[in-house]
Amino acid sequence: MEDLMLKIENVTKEYRLGAIGGTTLRDELQRLRAKRKNEEDPTRKIGQKQVNIGERFMALDGVSFEVKRGEAVGIIGHNGAGKSTLLKLITRITEPTSGRICLNGRIASMLEVGTGFHGELTGRENVYLNGAILGMTKKEIDAKMEDIIEFSEVRQFIDTPVKRYSSGMYVKLAFSVAAHLDSEIMIMDEVLAVGDMAFQTKCLKKMREAATEEGRTVLYVSHNMNTIRTLCDRCIVMDHGKVIFDGDVDKAINIYMGNKMNESTFRDYESYKRPGFLKNPSIKVLEAEFLNKEVPYFEVTEPITLRLKWKCLQSVENAGLRIEIWNSHRVAQATYILYEFYSGKQGEVSEAVFKLDASMLMDAEYTGYYTFFNKDDVGNNHDLDCVPGLHFQKMTTKADQKWVWRPQVWGYIQLPTPEIIDMR
Amino acid sequence: MEENQTWKTVIDPKKRRININFKEIWEYRDLIVLFVKRDFVSKYKQTVLGPAWAVIQPLLTTVVFSIIFGSLAGLTTVDVVGQNLMMPAFLFYMIGTVTWSYFNSTVSATSNTFIANRGIMGKVYYPRIVTPISTALSNLISWGIQIAMFCVIALVFSLLGIAEIHLSAYIFMLPLLVIQLIMLSTGIGIIISSLTTKYRDLAMLVGFGLHLWQYLTPIPYGLAMIPEKYMWLYMLNPVTPIVTTMRYAFFGSGYFDLGYYCLSVCVTLVVFFVGLCMFNKIEKTFMDTV
Repeated sequence: MEDLMLKIENVTKEYRLGAIGGTTLRDELQRLRAKRKNEEDPTRKIGQKQVNIGERFMALDGVSFEVKRGEAVGIIGHNGAGKSTLLKLITRITEPTSGRICLNGRIASMLEVGTGFHGELTGRENVYLNGAILGMTKKEIDAKMEDIIEFSEVRQFIDTPVKRYSSGMYVKLAFSVAAHLDSEIMIMDEVLAVGDMAFQTKCLKKMREAATEEGRTVLYVSHNMNTIRTLCDRCIVMDHGKVIFDGDVDKAINIYMGNKMNESTFRDYESYKRPGFLKNPSIKVLEAEFLNKEVPYFEVTEPITLRLKWKCLQSVENAGLRIEIWNSHRVAQATYILYEFYSGKQGEVSEAVFKLDASMLMDAEYTGYYTFFNKDDVGNNHDLDCVPGLHFQKMTTKADQKWVWRPQVWGYIQLPTPEIIDMR
Repeated sequence: MEENQTWKTVIDPKKRRININFKEIWEYRDLIVLFVKRDFVSKYKQTVLGPAWAVIQPLLTTVVFSIIFGSLAGLTTVDVVGQNLMMPAFLFYMIGTVTWSYFNSTVSATSNTFIANRGIMGKVYYPRIVTPISTALSNLISWGIQIAMFCVIALVFSLLGIAEIHLSAYIFMLPLLVIQLIMLSTGIGIIISSLTTKYRDLAMLVGFGLHLWQYLTPIPYGLAMIPEKYMWLYMLNPVTPIVTTMRYAFFGSGYFDLGYYCLSVCVTLVVFFVGLCMFNKIEKTFMDTV
């Protein structure tokens, strides 16, 4: 089963900046005349930088890869990396500027489910219509009708116009049609971000089966790393129109996440503007650094070594330090607290290295938040200085660990393994 | 090394090459049928009278034409000067209106193929030409209903003795006329749709242009109104011979000139193939500009 299903050879797609769209024939003629007379573009707005006619934007820049039968390939990348453009070329919605795309088989594209659904038609009529748009013949749809209705879970409403459907029912039906298409290559763009949890799981399972049992090829674009992990056995990372990685899923995800994350292990707070609620800052954090680290990736069991340097603006006594750990959505997950560990005189510069046991923090991306505080006579906490901390990523690379931590579902912290005191 | 592998589809930028894949269009015939059904069904859903509207609309237009152009303006309703037909003006206006409404609705619907369908066309690939084809066909169903209604009314009139119906041998040309009408209206529609992907200006003119065109076609008046010396100019309009021949076919006498008819056929063929070529060239990249 080594035969190639899809081969992309050095494909580029070029867009002209600003020149297409939002223009009328008159503008274009004026521009042409000015160009011949060597004047400047009369349609250009005053103060706007002259857009060079030759200025081009490469949405895809020399992309090449091959996909074999039965492979499930994930494509990830930031917005604007060229993922959707690539899919548009493969599904023949638009043409490449240069290069060649070879396909061996029919394509079912699910760039957006429910395209071509017509509100006035019933569910059943729409299944026929949508199936035909995706390239099925009426006979094929007839044969699959029962499966489609069964899978969609909307049997009760199948003869009701889809304009009366809830959005969930709509999407379920649309996905079912696409999933039952007899195509050798399936292309999906974020379609699984729909429906309820149970339906999503069902869809992923169906896709997985399609690849492993029916030998179909799946190309899947998503920003949801968990579905990529579940579905794909190979992953391509794109950035600025180029393929920057092609291979193992976990490595690809790390590269993608790393790309997005601020990768520095050092930060200088000299000129960082403090929030307004710090009325009387008596401490100023100067630097933070992860020691002995090139990139801020930590094994789950690896302790984090953090160096902080600060200056005493006014004399303080018994100041404490809080290191809050936030997830990538800026929600606090856990906090380290060091009570009353520091007293200093005005103008003193101190430095300390902290060893943080982070074994409970599971695979995910985090940001720290460092706060110096002390207590006043009444016992209230006062923040002396606070700065956003360094980004870091926890990950598991141990080969024997088969399962993947799912922070969205299980949370970010793994509590100590329960002790069994009695079992019968 | 894999060069010996055969590929089912190869996508590469084909520069200035026209290739209309008829086999592929045939493979998507079910889609055409479903599109036609969708257009037709969705048009009349949630209406009380349903497809009866296909009949009522031209009937009302005909009544308006009979009153304004026939009774008030008193325009002639014969195609040849001096001809005297035992035919109420109502039937004259009706056949013209029915034919024109096919032309009108097909041109205006196909002329925004790309703009109106960019949502779906930006997501799924299917041969783009399927859309104008199905538009032309679904309008043909309405036309069929309307022609059937015309025949019924003509029959009733002749039974009542108001009109004398003499079908002429030209009735056998009816299929040819219909095909020509389809090709002409679709051709014009897809030319406009290809031109409007980049510049929308033309789309603004379509409605007005069609309105004007109707008055340049012997729909609200008979051909006898046109002075002989301007006839050659007037006959450059390819719709005119279709309309007059249609009337000749049903009314038993009228105007037919082989030369002008052939000219009209030639114009139709040129328009249709120019349209196909433009459409074929535009459809591959229109998503980038529309």
